[in-house]
Amino acid sequence: MSVDLTWSSAVALADALAAGDATSVDMTQACIDRADAVDDRLHAYLHRTNERALEQARAADDRRKNGNLLSRFDGVPIAYKDIFATKDVPTTCASRILEGWIPPYDATVVARGHAAGLPMLGKLNLDEFAMGSSTENSGFGTSHNPWDLERVPGGSSGGSTALVAAGGVPWAWGTETGGSVRQPASLCGLVGVKPTYGLVSRYGLVAFASSLDQAGPITRTVSDAAALLGIAAGHDPMDATSYPRAAPDYLDGIDSGIEGMRIGIVKEFAGEGSQPGVRAGIEDAYRVLEKLGAELEEVSLPSFEYGISAYYLIAPAEASSNLARFDGVRYGYRTAEAKDVVEMMSKTRDEGFGDEVKRRIMLGTYALSAGYYDAYYGKAQKIRTLIIQDLAKAYESVDLIVCPTTPSTAFKIGEKSADPLAMYLSDIFTVPVNLAGNAAISVPCGVSADDGLPVGLQIIAKSLDEATMFKAAFAFEQSLGWAGTDASRPPLDGAA
Amino acid sequence: MPIDRQAVDHVARLARLDLSDEERERMQAELTQILEHVEKIQTLDLDPVQPTSQALDLSNVMRPDVAGPCLTQAEALANAPDQEDGRFRVPRILEET
Repeated sequence: MSVDLTWSSAVALADALAAGDATSVDMTQACIDRADAVDDRLHAYLHRTNERALEQARAADDRRKNGNLLSRFDGVPIAYKDIFATKDVPTTCASRILEGWIPPYDATVVARGHAAGLPMLGKLNLDEFAMGSSTENSGFGTSHNPWDLERVPGGSSGGSTALVAAGGVPWAWGTETGGSVRQPASLCGLVGVKPTYGLVSRYGLVAFASSLDQAGPITRTVSDAAALLGIAAGHDPMDATSYPRAAPDYLDGIDSGIEGMRIGIVKEFAGEGSQPGVRAGIEDAYRVLEKLGAELEEVSLPSFEYGISAYYLIAPAEASSNLARFDGVRYGYRTAEAKDVVEMMSKTRDEGFGDEVKRRIMLGTYALSAGYYDAYYGKAQKIRTLIIQDLAKAYESVDLIVCPTTPSTAFKIGEKSADPLAMYLSDIFTVPVNLAGNAAISVPCGVSADDGLPVGLQIIAKSLDEATMFKAAFAFEQSLGWAGTDASRPPLDGAA
Repeated sequence: MPIDRQAVDHVARLARLDLSDEERERMQAELTQILEHVEKIQTLDLDPVQPTSQALDLSNVMRPDVAGPCLTQAEALANAPDQEDGRFRVPRILEET
C-alpha cells in the first residue's frame, strides 16, 4: 500500500514503516524534497542537516531490518526550533550574538529524539531568543505563513509551524515562554502543546525566562502531539525543575471520548477583543464539544486580565538575568575593538542583540533595579499567585477550560512590528497559562469565515493532566473532521 | 510612570548595553509606553498575597555531591572568541598602575 510521504501523520508514517510500505530514507528524502520546493518562500529553516538525516535514516532502516528498533517511531524524521542545543550542529537562537556557536552537547529533548531514532532534518527559525510573536525579530529574516505568504506564521516558534503546516516535516519541537508554540500553531492550522512546567527537561534549551520556559510539540494531528510529548517527557536529572516521575503513554486511552466531561468557558473572554471570525469559529467549537457529551459551564478568571502585565515584567526580568551570559567571553560574537573588558562586553551586546531583545533586557533590568523591585517584579509575582488561585477555584467545578488561542488570525508581516505593545497583546489568552504552569493545547477549528485563515481552540488542563487534555483535543479533532483533509493543507502549491 | 533619559542611561549601564543616542531615545518612549500599560497592576491590593517565583511544587532538589562527566578544557574553549594558554582571553580588566 502506498503512503503519502508529505502529508501523512507521524503515527501513519510509523505504521507504514512497520508494514514495510516505506523506508525511513524514503520519508526523509521526501521531507528534503518538499523543503527544497517550498522553503525559498517560507524561510522556515536556519540550518539544514540533510546528509546527516539521510545517514540516520539509513541506520534506522538497518535497525528495522535487524529487528532492533529504538522505538515505534524509529525512522520518522523531525526538525527542531533553533533554540535547542544540538551537538556539532550550529545553534543560533536566531541571534547574531550566537552566530557560529557549535554546541558541545545535545539538549535532552534532542537526545531523546535521537534515542527514539528520529532523523534530524535541521534547525528552524524563530524570533531572536524566542522573544516575539511573529518571527519578525529573527536576526536572519522573517518566516512566512504557508496559508498566506504575506502574513506571519506566528512566533516565536514560527519556523517550526511554517514547515510542519507546509508538509515539510511531520512534526517539530518548539518552545514556549508565553504562548510561542500555541500561538503559531493556531496561526498555521496546527496542533501545538504547552506541557505542564517541569514535564519536559529544559536542559540544553537556551534560557529566556527560566520559570516559564517549556518545550512543546508542533504537529498536524493530536495523536502525533501526544506521541512526540511521550518521547521527550519524564524526569531528567540535568534539570532541577524536572518532575521526578516517568511520563505516561499519552496515546493510551486518547480515544475514550469526553462524555460527561465538565468544560469551563471563560466569562471574561466572552465576545470581547476577538475578531468576529475567530469568535464564530470558537462558538462552533463549543457546540462540537457539547455534541460530544461535554457539559459546558461558565468559569470566572478575573486575574487573567493582569496576565500580560505580570508576564511583561517577569519574563523580561528573568531574561535580563539569563542573557547576561552573552558577553563575548566564552562563545559567540565579540566586537572588533575595545579598550577594556567593560567596553568589549557593552559593544558586543549592543552589536549582537536585536531591538526586541535589547528592549526586554532594558525592561527587565529596570524592573529588577533598586527602588523598583517591589513595585514591579514583586507585584507581578503576586499576580502569578492570583492566577494560580483563580485556576484552582475554576477546576473545583470543571475538568478543562476552553477559550480562543489568539484573538485574531495571522496578521500581515509589518502590521505590528513597529508597536511592541500591540505585539505583546496578541499573547493575551496564552500567557496566563505559562504563569500558572498548567498544560494547554491549541487545536485547529478550521478556518475563519472572515479571511480563510486558521483559527485555534485552546484547551487548558490542570497541571500534569495532559491525558485529559489530549482526550478532549482528540475527540474534538475527530468530530470536526478537518485535520488530514485537503482543507487543512495551505494553498501553497497553487501559488507556486 | 514615565521613564526619563537618566534612568535609561543608568539601566543601559547596568545591562552592559552600549546603546546609541537614537536607541536611547526610542527606548525611553517604548519603555514608558510598556510601563504605562503594566501600571494597572498598581490598582490591585496585593498586600495579603504571597508571591510565586515558580509554578512547581518542588523545592530544594538535591543530588549527591559527586563529580560527574563534564566538558574537557579543549571542548569548553572551542567556541571562545579569544583564548591563551588554555584560558579565555579578554581585554584589560584593571587600570595599569
